[in-house]
Amino acid sequence: MKFRYVPLVLFALVVVLFAVGLTMDPRTIPSAMIDKPAPAFSLPPLKPEKPGLAQADLAGKVTLVNFFASWCVPCRAEHPLLMDLQKQDRLAIVGVNYKDKPEDALAWLQRLGDPYGRIGKDADGRAAIDFGVYGVPETYLIDAKGSIRFKQVGPLTPEVIEKTVLPMAAELAK
Amino acid sequence: MRRLALSISLLLALAAPALAVNPDEMLKDPAQEQRAREISKELRCLVCQNQSIDDSDAPLARDLRVIVRERISAGDSDDQVLGFVTDRYGDYVLLKPPFKATTLVLWIGPVLILLAAAGAALAFYRRRRSEPEAPAPLTEEEKRRLQTLLGGDA
Repeated sequence: MKFRYVPLVLFALVVVLFAVGLTMDPRTIPSAMIDKPAPAFSLPPLKPEKPGLAQADLAGKVTLVNFFASWCVPCRAEHPLLMDLQKQDRLAIVGVNYKDKPEDALAWLQRLGDPYGRIGKDADGRAAIDFGVYGVPETYLIDAKGSIRFKQVGPLTPEVIEKTVLPMAAELAK
Repeated sequence: MRRLALSISLLLALAAPALAVNPDEMLKDPAQEQRAREISKELRCLVCQNQSIDDSDAPLARDLRVIVRERISAGDSDDQVLGFVTDRYGDYVLLKPPFKATTLVLWIGPVLILLAAAGAALAFYRRRRSEPEAPAPLTEEEKRRLQTLLGGDA
């Protein structure tokens, strides 16, 4: 009768597997770009008075790169957080305007505020593909050497900013 | 009846799968276009995750199809094209995952589970087939009682 508990043990194993598996989000895709240098890219400015964005601009300081679009609803939701972050002045924030109409993007920033130090215009989404973006908003934390250290898929949340972005940025700035 | 059959087959002909690939994306060289189609079928669309980029109408899938065709036109081999995409999006975009350390469980797991199940089944049937032990022979006392019960002369 030593095999009596085998079905029970197997059942318990399956329960554990399901408990873990069903609480994971199948939509979060592991990023292939973490700890790799930011890709080579060069984007023209969105605003005439503000510079565009290129790979070279990411070197030298810890930078948050935020991919956004005026047509993207979650971008609208995370925007106040970026405005807050910019006021705190704790790290450089730059933006990539993804597949947007320039006039829409400009009106959007006019209305909601512009937290970005630089904004690149990625009209065909090529720079986004080089970063491994699969949907806006996505945000990357780049260290002073220009390597990608963290990626947030979907909108930033106060929790992600407080618990991950800011501590990591402080650590990387040392 | 024949008319009904005809209209049904006409309807079925109309229901041919809609192609996600737009004519303006296609390469002029049919051989290259064929390669692009084959590669696109291996790449997962990241927006609608259970479709290949060849099947998907998502804008990102279209962008990736265009990139696949650009790389082919630039003279990349099939592996180089797949490498270009996996460099950016990881092995996750491959609908057929590669065989390597991080995917070992994926490839070996089902075989191991099958072997374990076969082993368990084997052990189960072997145990059932083995004869139960022969009962102990009757004692003298029991033999006597049996004889009386059967009515023999004890």
